[in-house]
Amino acid sequence: MTSIIQATLAKDLRLEWRSKDAINSMLFFALLVVVIFSFAFDPTAEESRRIAGGLIWVALLFAAVVALNQTWARELRNQALEAYRVSPAPANSLFLAKAFGNFVFVAVLELLMTPLFIVFYKLRAIGPAWQLIIVAVLGTWALVVNGTFFGAMSLRTRNREIMLPLLLFPISIPAVLAMVTATTNILTGESPAKFWIVLLAAYDLVFTTACLLLFETVLQAE
Amino acid sequence: MPSSSPAVVLENLTKQFGRFTALRGVTAEFAPGRMYVIVGDNGAGKTTLLRALAGLVRPTRGRILILGTSDVRAICSQVGYMAHASLLYDELSGMENLRYFARLYDLADTSRCADTMSSVNLDSQLNRPVGQYSQGMRQRLSLARALLNNPQILLLDEPFSNVDANSATQMVGLLAGLRDQGKTMLIVTHQSSLLEGVADEFVQMQNGQIVNRSQRDANQ
Amino acid sequence: MRRIFPIFAVLTALLLGYAFYQAMFVAPREQTMGDVQRIFYYHVPSAWTAFLLFSLNFIASIQYLAGRNHFADRFVKWAAIILGIAGCIAAFAIRPLPYGMEPSSVATTAVAITGLYFFIRKYFPGEKADVLALVTAEVGVVFCTVVLITGPIWARPVWGIWWTWDIRLTSTLVLWLIYVSYLLLRRFSSSDQTPALAAALAIFGALDVPLVYFSIWFFRTQHPSPVIGGGGSIDSRMLHVLLLNWLAFLCLAGMLCWLRYALETLHRAVDERRAIESMPEPRSAS
Repeated sequence: MTSIIQATLAKDLRLEWRSKDAINSMLFFALLVVVIFSFAFDPTAEESRRIAGGLIWVALLFAAVVALNQTWARELRNQALEAYRVSPAPANSLFLAKAFGNFVFVAVLELLMTPLFIVFYKLRAIGPAWQLIIVAVLGTWALVVNGTFFGAMSLRTRNREIMLPLLLFPISIPAVLAMVTATTNILTGESPAKFWIVLLAAYDLVFTTACLLLFETVLQAE
Repeated sequence: MPSSSPAVVLENLTKQFGRFTALRGVTAEFAPGRMYVIVGDNGAGKTTLLRALAGLVRPTRGRILILGTSDVRAICSQVGYMAHASLLYDELSGMENLRYFARLYDLADTSRCADTMSSVNLDSQLNRPVGQYSQGMRQRLSLARALLNNPQILLLDEPFSNVDANSATQMVGLLAGLRDQGKTMLIVTHQSSLLEGVADEFVQMQNGQIVNRSQRDANQ
Repeated sequence: MRRIFPIFAVLTALLLGYAFYQAMFVAPREQTMGDVQRIFYYHVPSAWTAFLLFSLNFIASIQYLAGRNHFADRFVKWAAIILGIAGCIAAFAIRPLPYGMEPSSVATTAVAITGLYFFIRKYFPGEKADVLALVTAEVGVVFCTVVLITGPIWARPVWGIWWTWDIRLTSTLVLWLIYVSYLLLRRFSSSDQTPALAAALAIFGALDVPLVYFSIWFFRTQHPSPVIGGGGSIDSRMLHVLLLNWLAFLCLAGMLCWLRYALETLHRAVDERRAIESMPEPRSAS
């Protein structure tokens, strides 16, 4: 199983490296969102601490959808996904490989966007900044694990690209609330973020399990 | 490997897509080590039949037995499937594609990929991405992908589409050789004349049913 | 159906009329809120009915997916039994329960879920579970919409605001969003396995509900806002009218589901028939 995950992940990264479909559009999209937000709100340093958590995660959420759509679109060209489906390789290996791949894409995006945010919004955390890393890891996984799952589900719909956010966003509401509030709490240092980190961890655990249990059904549902 | 029990058995196989029936109660047996050519008009259910055998679509009713078992997923390593589309990644080279698919079948050694590639007369050293292959090369690579796991049963959907006459004759020779190795083949094609001298049996489908089966010797 | 359904429909109409009369004219006038409070007799029963329908949808979805596989079916059966027992124990063992939860209601819910599961498992096998999931989601969204419309109408004159991010209002809104996306998936699916996809989404939605509830609960404790309803005892005459209205709403929901269920079954039978007729019997080989 791990060998198949590795192979699929390596294949996806190589495809992305050669075509750069996802990362380019995702980066540019996220940059646009940041610039437009900074026009829409022109905050002082104090205000920006309060709204930055929401802005960062909303920008990432939209940008992640671009990447999530691309990972499955790749498999539809020449219907390469069917080659996987007729093989004895377990469905969950494909799922995990795709989720890890998306995690890498979104993490790269975060690394590139964070400096931009810090510059544009003059950010400086008052609370414990190291917790932001935990929030980022758990929050990113929360987005990509369900995003990968619903990306596969929206392959089976007539309007694939628009269906993904329609399915993903309602389910992601508690996760988004948790990451936004945790980030805001850390930036403003007014209240602890511990509960929200625990909630994110619970969210990740519940939905990773659910995805692994149900992915085969979705993959084989043609 | 000659054996008396049939390689593929279909019992009352029915497939409906919403208001459309693709297969209506197909019952048939296919003996091992023979080449079957499935012919028929568009929409006769040929592709759906192959896809059901490959485990890609779930039959609405009825049963499929492949090599004696009805759990199609369990024996998918015994089945090779070549679809109408190439099922390849255009950005990767031929060997990269095969090496990836070999991993899915838990085949680690790369010599197997190189051998399969040369068995369909492709150069394993070729570094070009598949997107730049000619249609004939792509079809042969697609066949190589289906042959990777050395399957007992081969399901081929339109292997000769958009292939020039020269490549097609080459592929026919290749397929005949595979049949002689004891593989069971079900080939869906519009160009059945190409397989006239080679196929063991022609199976004609119409409106989701098998309407006629003619053995080669009975035919002539 | 032909004989019982009209009788049931007439009884439901009578019950709704009687409950309306009770709510508007018989129930006592609330002291501080005045007559506006009477919307309570529609708001709360709609909410309870919607939640019941969504629970049915969840159980039917699980049953549909599990029923396709012998091992999963047995696993879910035992999980349901354990859930029922564990729910009862947990209800009385855990202190304190989150805001708005009573030990008896938690225990009743646990037993009811187990009971409903076995009911659906017995009477709605296979495809029928999917039809049930579809109709309960549709009717559930209708009742949930009523909740979301009557809520602000009630809130505006009483608290002076149309909307507040109160835990129950917000959870209901999220639930509504999830089930609308469920209906959208069913509508736009091009798959031939739509029931399986929809069931998977329904399970995701149900898993999301407690997380939504807890996140908003905690969010509220950080950002206080007017608490709507909640706490306090209710006049026994009001309670009587409330329960009467709930019964009427349950009958209405049952009637709608029944009708929709029959329609959907018919619809599928027609599709099946068309599918068979779409292809003429092949001519004998020429």
